[in-house]
Amino acid sequence: MTAFILRRSLQSIIVLFVMSVIVFVGVNLVGDPVDMLINPESDQAEIDRVIRDLGLDRPVSEQYWYFVVNAFQGDLGRSFIFGEPALKLIIQRMPATMELALFSLLMAVVFGIPLGIYAGLKPNSKVSKTIMAGSILGFSMPTFWVGIILIMFFSVSLGWLPSTGRGEVATYLGITSSIFTLDGLSHIFLPAFNLALFKLSSVIRLARAGTREVILQDYIKFARAKGVAESRVVRVHLLKNIMIPVITIIGLEFGSLIAFSTVTETVFAWPGMGKLIIDSIYNLDRPVVVAYLMIIVVIFVTLNLIVDILYSVLDPRVRIKGVS
Amino acid sequence: MRQTVEPILEISDLQTHFFTKAGILRAVDGVSFEIGAGEIVGLVGESGSGKSITGFSIIGLVDSPGEIIGGTIKFKGEDLNDLSNEQMQHVRGNRIAMIFQDPMMTLNPVLRIETQMIEAIQAHDNKISREDARIRSRDALGLVGISSPDERLRAYPHQFSGGMRQRVSIAIAMLNRPDLIIADEPTTALDVTIQGQVISEMQKLCRETKTALLWITHDLAVIAGIADRVCVMYAGRIVEQGLVANTIANPLHPYTRGLMGSVPSQNQRGKPLQQINGMVPSMLSLPRGCAFQNRCSYVTEKCSSGRPDITHLSDERQVRCFNVSEVPKL
Repeated sequence: MTAFILRRSLQSIIVLFVMSVIVFVGVNLVGDPVDMLINPESDQAEIDRVIRDLGLDRPVSEQYWYFVVNAFQGDLGRSFIFGEPALKLIIQRMPATMELALFSLLMAVVFGIPLGIYAGLKPNSKVSKTIMAGSILGFSMPTFWVGIILIMFFSVSLGWLPSTGRGEVATYLGITSSIFTLDGLSHIFLPAFNLALFKLSSVIRLARAGTREVILQDYIKFARAKGVAESRVVRVHLLKNIMIPVITIIGLEFGSLIAFSTVTETVFAWPGMGKLIIDSIYNLDRPVVVAYLMIIVVIFVTLNLIVDILYSVLDPRVRIKGVS
Repeated sequence: MRQTVEPILEISDLQTHFFTKAGILRAVDGVSFEIGAGEIVGLVGESGSGKSITGFSIIGLVDSPGEIIGGTIKFKGEDLNDLSNEQMQHVRGNRIAMIFQDPMMTLNPVLRIETQMIEAIQAHDNKISREDARIRSRDALGLVGISSPDERLRAYPHQFSGGMRQRVSIAIAMLNRPDLIIADEPTTALDVTIQGQVISEMQKLCRETKTALLWITHDLAVIAGIADRVCVMYAGRIVEQGLVANTIANPLHPYTRGLMGSVPSQNQRGKPLQQINGMVPSMLSLPRGCAFQNRCSYVTEKCSSGRPDITHLSDERQVRCFNVSEVPKL
């Protein structure tokens, strides 16, 4: 196990390195941040000074070298706009994004698995057909549009739920989050549902496909032949088998939930990392963009590792070995 | 043997049909037989003859679109068809247990053996503690010849070989000391050497515990070794039944003869094996009259006129053929 984690960490460092080169070169190709930063009336001497201060007069390779050296010391650069460390900016915004992503994931799992199992157990019932039709809608409707419609319906027409911001936050067990207050919960509901919709649809489809496959297996019939109650057959024999693909997808998709929460955060003005990255791209705030992408890569790699470990816990046939 | 014991299971005129888009498939069409307490009965037939569906009908686990549409399945005098789902659940695995064909598929791959055994006990006894159920499971594993059962309880199915898994299934079937075990080709997927072991152990266990056994197979040779009586099924019906010794020594139905002829035997070394001509007819388009007529070497005009009824030759011997008296002795 330890060897497995070590090997995976080494692989992650390589991924991180390759990613950093691509991102660094990439952001250096688009636009000139100096244009965004200086007063349009400043003279050439002033412009040259800003370029020198930001280190943009050096070749890209040299800028990259400094970035790497600083990165090893935990410094991913300073925001051009805010003048603060990029890492600090992102970490400040991270809890908001995390709580949104986690809450969405929870919604997707809590609703998706039972609905999917139901649709798999009774494939011909009207309810199941409705569930499946709904999941196709969930897949195909663009997130930003659904977000706007949700705001129109629940916030504007019905006035039930607020449409912007994070609401009141409270600290519980050292975690500050909006899910600990009623006001915060009402704020998180719409954006979380918006973000969850796509995942919910995939979880429903996975759970249904898994159920349809597993329910035909001999071991399900054997469990019934033992006289095991149908509820236990579904809860234990079926659920544990269909959780394997579901966990894989949930784990991998959690990364994308965080990464792509940008759209939802923008629509609902959620003060998270996604909103920050959109603003930073707009302002060509290179250090923040680079730092954000690095963090996303780390999150993805870590999640992959967790999924692999979980996988072996769920499925005893998958044994993680130190040698490959 | 049969006269001495009460029948524990009496099936009469069982009909299990599958309502498919292509038409009604009469997988089991008027099957009647009995099993006495502690008796071992073989149910023989080709693939698709309806023998497994007969087994699943007894235990009430016919998958849709299949449905039991007629007949009675009397178990200890009570018709199982009349029981509610919940009552049936208490019969399954408790009074009637079943063992499946492929041991690689019958145990849930993600649950420990102990989980799968303990739940079988607790499903029928809500008072028993987990610890007691575990002890009973361990003893059951020991009984079917699994060494160090205490450790093996903690194992997962993939850590067992095929033969061992089938032993585990047998142990599970035996856990609640059922009155009847239905074994659906339990040795077909095993190596020949393991087959022999499993068969003789199964026979021994059933004799010791006085458990009745319905052994479903396509292999007459297996039946010859284990069963008291045999029922031969063809196209959803029983075409011949009788005591094993008589039936094998002197098969009366042309189909049973065909089956016997296609068993390789040491006495006929060098001779080509006889085979039954033709193929099993599609269950959706059975010929009018006797289902076997197209493959039968004794076929007469009468055979296509209507379905042959059962001829009772003696108490044990029943044959479903128009020409029983004309078919020459082997």
